[in-house]
Amino acid sequence: MTAPTAAPPRQKQDATARDGVRRAVTSRFQQFLAVAGLVAVFVFFSFASPHFLNYSNITSMLFSTVVIGTLALGATFVIVTGGIDLSVGTGMTLCAVMSGVMIVEWGLPVPVGVLGTLLFGGLVGLVNGLNVTFLGLPPFIATLAMMLVAQGLALVISGSAPIYFSEDSGYTGISTGSVIPGADFPNAVLIFAVAAVIGGVVLNKTLLGRYTYSIGSNEEATALSGIDVRKWKIIVYVVSGLFIGLAGVLISARLGSAQPATGMGYELQAIAAVVIGGTSLSGGKGSLTGTVIGALIISVLNNGLQITSVPQEWQNVILGCVIVAAVYADKARKRRAV
Amino acid sequence: MTRATTPPRPDRRRGRPARAATVLAAALSLLAAAALSGCSDAGTTAEGGEGRKPYIAIVSKGFQQQFWQAVKKGAEREAEKRGVTISFEGPATETEVEAQVNMVSNSLGRKPDALGLAALDSRAVEPMLKQAERRGTPVIAFDSGVDSDIPLTTAATDNRAAAAEAAEHMAEEVGGKGKVALVVHSQTSGSGVDRRDGFVEWMEKNAPGVELLPVQYGGGDQTKSADITKAIIASNPDVKGIYGSNEGSAMGVIQGVKESGRDDISTVGFDSGQGQINAIEEGRMAGAITQNPVRIGEQVVAAAVKAVKGEKLPETIDTGYYWYDKSNIDDPRIQEVLYR
Repeated sequence: MTAPTAAPPRQKQDATARDGVRRAVTSRFQQFLAVAGLVAVFVFFSFASPHFLNYSNITSMLFSTVVIGTLALGATFVIVTGGIDLSVGTGMTLCAVMSGVMIVEWGLPVPVGVLGTLLFGGLVGLVNGLNVTFLGLPPFIATLAMMLVAQGLALVISGSAPIYFSEDSGYTGISTGSVIPGADFPNAVLIFAVAAVIGGVVLNKTLLGRYTYSIGSNEEATALSGIDVRKWKIIVYVVSGLFIGLAGVLISARLGSAQPATGMGYELQAIAAVVIGGTSLSGGKGSLTGTVIGALIISVLNNGLQITSVPQEWQNVILGCVIVAAVYADKARKRRAV
Repeated sequence: MTRATTPPRPDRRRGRPARAATVLAAALSLLAAAALSGCSDAGTTAEGGEGRKPYIAIVSKGFQQQFWQAVKKGAEREAEKRGVTISFEGPATETEVEAQVNMVSNSLGRKPDALGLAALDSRAVEPMLKQAERRGTPVIAFDSGVDSDIPLTTAATDNRAAAAEAAEHMAEEVGGKGKVALVVHSQTSGSGVDRRDGFVEWMEKNAPGVELLPVQYGGGDQTKSADITKAIIASNPDVKGIYGSNEGSAMGVIQGVKESGRDDISTVGFDSGQGQINAIEEGRMAGAITQNPVRIGEQVVAAAVKAVKGEKLPETIDTGYYWYDKSNIDDPRIQEVLYR
């Protein structure tokens, strides 16, 4: 399209390549904006409080990023296809409860229980995917329904009481332990980092990733080019579900218990992280690096505002303003680019 | 399309320096931040020393609820009196355990001289408590006990004694004899158990004429407690009094009695809230026990200050409670502790 029709094939190829580079450059610019934002808040709080920049506070910030961050990774996949996943928060709670059922009540070994929880998360995603594709429900509605179902089931299955993991099962070590000797660096952060890298490889280097972007930018064209859109969409929701399961393991291991009443509201924070990271809610565009940075911005802000003793009433006001600023900067950039 | 008019973009090589520049910029900013933070750290220590006010970080179970705002008010008042600075935070709802853990973690990051904590879940905050212990930061528990040896003391309502007072007023209301029912909010939480046992024990000991019906549990949910109340009245039409053990239970009891079309049943409640206050003013409820959240806040700060000075603290601090009914509801001392 971009190349003149009369152009020789070689030139056409160049044009396509150029287009690809252009996209790479713009997406890098977007990441630059997000990184710049992160650096800006980081520098600001380092000035503002003497307690901000030290090892234990930084690990504590990273630790508090893990759960929202993991949910946001999965949500990025769905949002890139132009969908939305509102079930990530309570879905995570349901997965945490299932982990408690499998490990505490059924007495399964921890690795089996963790695997089972991840698969259960995948099942939650599968149901979302089927509802979106075969029933043709809008993703907002399908996942809203799942959000409610998961919240209810978590309470039903747990009997509305927290399920405590025994101290010696080693389950809590998944999040709070430290495999780096002597570093006191929570494992959960490492797991989150590994999950982000794997997610990044899937989104950038595999067929699934390519189709995820393709469905998001033009679903009809993707279908017309012979790709089974329904199948790939279902897989995307399952991927989101696997991240939900992982978040369920990480949060319950951190708290030492599956808390059945928590989780509501996490989905909005996850979406906020995705959006701050430059992923467009209309689909087709976004990156996991951006999402990780978005999640970091949120937790750095939360931590910094608390550490500088900003009254709690104001903390959400500021967070809201940051979202507006981040998305506006993104839009303004796009206008310039076009 | 517009794309056709876009000037050709710089070639591939341009991307790399851009990314390198970003990384460089980020690294430089971090370095600068590190250096500056180092300076400001030294600055604070220098001007700190003798003259610095002790700082107490308080993390509660909630924040915007009136009860916690009253705790905050008491803490701020006491802090001013004793010349210390405090911070007061809590998660949006009492189910957000992870948010609370993050808040405790962030609070410890500010290196407080003492930490006041009302834990939503004892197990979840345990690593934080251990961290505080390692750093030698004294911990004062409040509102409900923390299942750990680390807190030096717990400032909380003596729910058992408070429930006994509710029982005493109930016995008076029913004239010392007849059937009395209990709608309790939980059979597992500490407050549910104490508010049940305190009531039952007082009745058994002091009111031989009162027959207690089997205890019912409504989870503190108003609708569920109302249904339970109606069932109790249906199966025991001669019931003379019903006790609700927290705001939701008490509201349910009031509603259940009203929906059963009865006005000859005495009700006694716990905590406050607009609905209960109205019912008491209108005579639909005999009265209720209120905790003293302002005093909880005061006592947390007072105990923390003592802990910082190394003074000895009792194992528990009773923060008191009041019985309020139509006759004393306008008393300023009562008004201060009621929340709507």
